[in-house]
Amino acid sequence: MKWDHKDLLTIRDLSREEIILLLDTAESFKEVSRREIKKVPTLRGKTIITLFYEPSTRTRVSFEIAAKRLSADTINISVSTSSAVKGETLKDTGRNLESMRPDVIIIRHSVPGAPQMLSGVVRAAVVNAGDGAHEHPTQALLDLFTMRQKKQAIDGLKVAIVGDIAHSRVARSNIFALSKFDTEITCCGPPTMLPPYLEELGVKVEYHLEEAVRDKDVIMMLRIQKERGGISYIPSTKEYSSMYSLKEAHLKEARKDVIIMHPGPINRGVEISDEVADGPYSVILDQVENGVAVRMAVLFSLLGGES
Amino acid sequence: MEHNVLLDEKAIERSITRITHEILEKNQGSHDLCLIGIRTRGVFLAKRIQDKIREIEKKDLPLGILDITMYRDDVFKLKTPEVKKTDIAFNVNNAIIVLVDDVMYTGRTTRAAIDAIMDLGRPRKIQLAVLVDRGSRELPMHPDYTGILYPSGSEVEVFVKLREVDGTDEVLLAAAS
Repeated sequence: MKWDHKDLLTIRDLSREEIILLLDTAESFKEVSRREIKKVPTLRGKTIITLFYEPSTRTRVSFEIAAKRLSADTINISVSTSSAVKGETLKDTGRNLESMRPDVIIIRHSVPGAPQMLSGVVRAAVVNAGDGAHEHPTQALLDLFTMRQKKQAIDGLKVAIVGDIAHSRVARSNIFALSKFDTEITCCGPPTMLPPYLEELGVKVEYHLEEAVRDKDVIMMLRIQKERGGISYIPSTKEYSSMYSLKEAHLKEARKDVIIMHPGPINRGVEISDEVADGPYSVILDQVENGVAVRMAVLFSLLGGES
Repeated sequence: MEHNVLLDEKAIERSITRITHEILEKNQGSHDLCLIGIRTRGVFLAKRIQDKIREIEKKDLPLGILDITMYRDDVFKLKTPEVKKTDIAFNVNNAIIVLVDDVMYTGRTTRAAIDAIMDLGRPRKIQLAVLVDRGSRELPMHPDYTGILYPSGSEVEVFVKLREVDGTDEVLLAAAS
């Protein structure tokens, strides 16, 4: 199979086969992180910039570790220390960074489509690390990787995604990715947090958590996107958590071998209880571990190969 | 395309038998020996050597699988950037490693394989066994055990077929397209 993507902007751009290729590649890179010397020379001499206009712990660190384990050089720019605070536009920032000849720019931005626009002004490969409520393709890839790892196959899975769906790029990217496989997706949350287009995407809608988790193989919990106004769509956090916080009792309705996922950061007691987050069904930390391997695969696939 | 047979099933079998005996002779037995096959066909050749050593020495040698993609010097020119799994479950420190590949040509694969192994530890020795040595080296590399020496340049292509993956055992020659 030929890989000819310059960028990774959305999961929608990838075919089912390309997703599988990335997951298989990630499988091979996982071994590197378990070595005593956690480094291979594959991307030696390549420069990778992370440009984050929104806060992040996991994603930024995960990308940086992935790049470093492949021997690429990394430079991190966060908005508080960049010229953006002096009024520079994203396009100008992009052009200036381009002049220093980076090979990849990983961007997180609150505006949907920002990575797409950046891609238009730079020759470097652009990776979307989250753009507003639009997409977060590497999160969907690591989620699929984790599902495949725990359930052996993605086809046939019944997945519930619970929470602030309307403002969640993780939900969107996962819906797009899972739709490329033979899966059944159910979204659950208060009506105000469920976007109107879900049924068009072939996604089932459920307002009651007890119903949503029934017979599911995977339950993915999401936090309320406060930075995108999520909080104003519900009467109170307390009321929200009384109806949509995943507790141990809910799991009886799900499949016996259900896995509980969460992209993080988790808000304990709001969307997920301690006993579930730290319990035996939780794969939250596996997701984080897998994130490094998946991002190594993404960087390798964008840089390795004929341009 | 016209094919000439360089080695048939019997000849491959005899080569592997001889290489196995040479490995045991050179290392005075199988003590500390470990086999590492280079993907794809080197792995199956390594397994056959492992089987023969089991017959002769009544001992199972550790066998590792190596994918050298992460160490290639032409990684940015690959048509499909694909990395397959490396699986070396034993400790390479102080081991005598016999690296097994199907064809040796420029020596670049061997260089990548040695670098990959060195990143896992410090073996006592690394030796190289190949079924076909085509010569035409671009790096100063030499096999320790050779099935057949067939000096040839880029005008010829060599195809190694093994029953485990190709359903048949033979080494074919064809004019390069």
